[in-house]
Amino acid sequence: MSNIKEIQDEIVDEFSMFDDWMQRYEYMIELGKTLPLIDEKYKVEENLIKGCQSKVWVHAELQGDKLTFTADSDAIITKGIVAILIRAFSNQHPSAILEADTQFIDEIGLKEHLSPTRANGLVSMIKQLKMYAVAYQTQLD
Amino acid sequence: MKVAAEKTSLDVEKIREDFPILKREVNGYPLVYFDNAATSQTPVQVMNAIVDYYSNYNSNIHRGVHTLSQEATDKYEGARKKIQTHFNAAHSYEIILTSGTTHAINLVASGFSALLQEGDEILVSALEHHSNIVPWQMITEKTGAVLKVIPMDQNGELVMAEYDKLLSEKTKVVFVNHVSNALGTVNPVKEIIDKAHKVGAAVLIDGAQAAPHIKADVQAMDVDFYVASAHKMCGPTGVGVLYGKEEWLKKLPPYQGGGEMIATVTFEKTTYADLPHKFEAGTPNICGGIAFGAALDYMNAIGFDEIAAYEHELLEYATQKLLEIEGVKIYGLAKEKTAVISFNIEGIHPYDIGTIVDKLGIAVRTGHHCAQPIMDYYKIPGTVRASFSFYNTKKEIDTFIEAVKRAKAMLE
Repeated sequence: MSNIKEIQDEIVDEFSMFDDWMQRYEYMIELGKTLPLIDEKYKVEENLIKGCQSKVWVHAELQGDKLTFTADSDAIITKGIVAILIRAFSNQHPSAILEADTQFIDEIGLKEHLSPTRANGLVSMIKQLKMYAVAYQTQLD
Repeated sequence: MKVAAEKTSLDVEKIREDFPILKREVNGYPLVYFDNAATSQTPVQVMNAIVDYYSNYNSNIHRGVHTLSQEATDKYEGARKKIQTHFNAAHSYEIILTSGTTHAINLVASGFSALLQEGDEILVSALEHHSNIVPWQMITEKTGAVLKVIPMDQNGELVMAEYDKLLSEKTKVVFVNHVSNALGTVNPVKEIIDKAHKVGAAVLIDGAQAAPHIKADVQAMDVDFYVASAHKMCGPTGVGVLYGKEEWLKKLPPYQGGGEMIATVTFEKTTYADLPHKFEAGTPNICGGIAFGAALDYMNAIGFDEIAAYEHELLEYATQKLLEIEGVKIYGLAKEKTAVISFNIEGIHPYDIGTIVDKLGIAVRTGHHCAQPIMDYYKIPGTVRASFSFYNTKKEIDTFIEAVKRAKAMLE
């Protein structure tokens, strides 16, 4: 089981194979399409993060001492980044999620998607992942 | 005020020379700027007016006896005159300079809170921008007046038969945009105004989206209030205009307290200044006002008939090209519309299209365009909106169409 940093390095490695933004975006869109969908029953208002531009749903569950996330978005590019974030953060200990950052998104050239002014729900999604981590961390303590 | 359809003789290549920003690259591609309905670009003539102000006569207006202050006052009041002439207002004191359309609407709405009573009705159209809905909602909470909505149809046109039914003795204010920001529909404002006046209601027309394309004549329209923003008509941000008929401006109480808007002040009582200063509290956006005047000079020198005719050509060309792409659905098919196309491609989120075409150097707007009720009507999360200006070209539209095709191929 890799830790968050290892997974992030792996993602950076994968993206470094591409020469231009088109290929990076095509790969990201592909990742979005293959993201295991959130169970329909969790696609509810309470799990919805409203961006002005696109919507994101996140569901969290504690399995043993690991926190797992499932998520979805109505826009495919947002969903691609959701897939990347889920891959890095899901199935990890809450304390590791709390310590982790999203610097690797800059390194793969997708920084602009995490800008708060973009209003695609991603910045709030990351906050939400951390909130879940805080909540479940106290449960584990 | 019809949007003319005949061929134009605009020298677009020469006009483009006036806009330095059109030469820049975005993400390695030449910029194609199709977000004109949000903000238009600024010609050097307007930039020069700004530089001239700060280089030569920057100072506070109205109260100074020194030369710079007098020069600045003359230029600022000269700009007010230009705005008056442009909109054909009867008096220059009926022109209130504001920070923009939203400020102007809030000024009027807030004034009406003193005039409205419980049970009075305010009519707004289903085509409104959020900034047109929220201030009136706030007023209804304060006064007990009721907000009613003039519905729209599938084409994005107002249902005038419903408007007739909504109008009554209770109607005190009617508020409609001249042109819809989300769909480009040109509303039948003259008919709306005349019918409202028959029941004694005041009419406020939001000209923010119309002013860059249509030269409104406030006297011919017989409108009570007309508002617009400079930054959509080649001017700077942070400045706009409220035209109000003298009788109405006298009836409305001042919006903000401060310097400029007073005649005499003691701790017991303040007498307000005459129009227009009653509504211009504090130091105004002096440079912005002057630059607004320069922007009107610039656009009028090109000619609004010429601008409308050319933009209509661009609209028809782009509409036809866009509809050739499979799965494209255009929202807003009003018989009269400005150069705005709001569209989606079946199965693709507008945000995704906007993101990909931006990577290709093209600026369009995506989302609900601050007009969520319209999006709810069509049951869509938003649209991609391409809006054209007189400095855009058919070649740019070709580039845009290719980009949309590429985005579609990537996203499907």
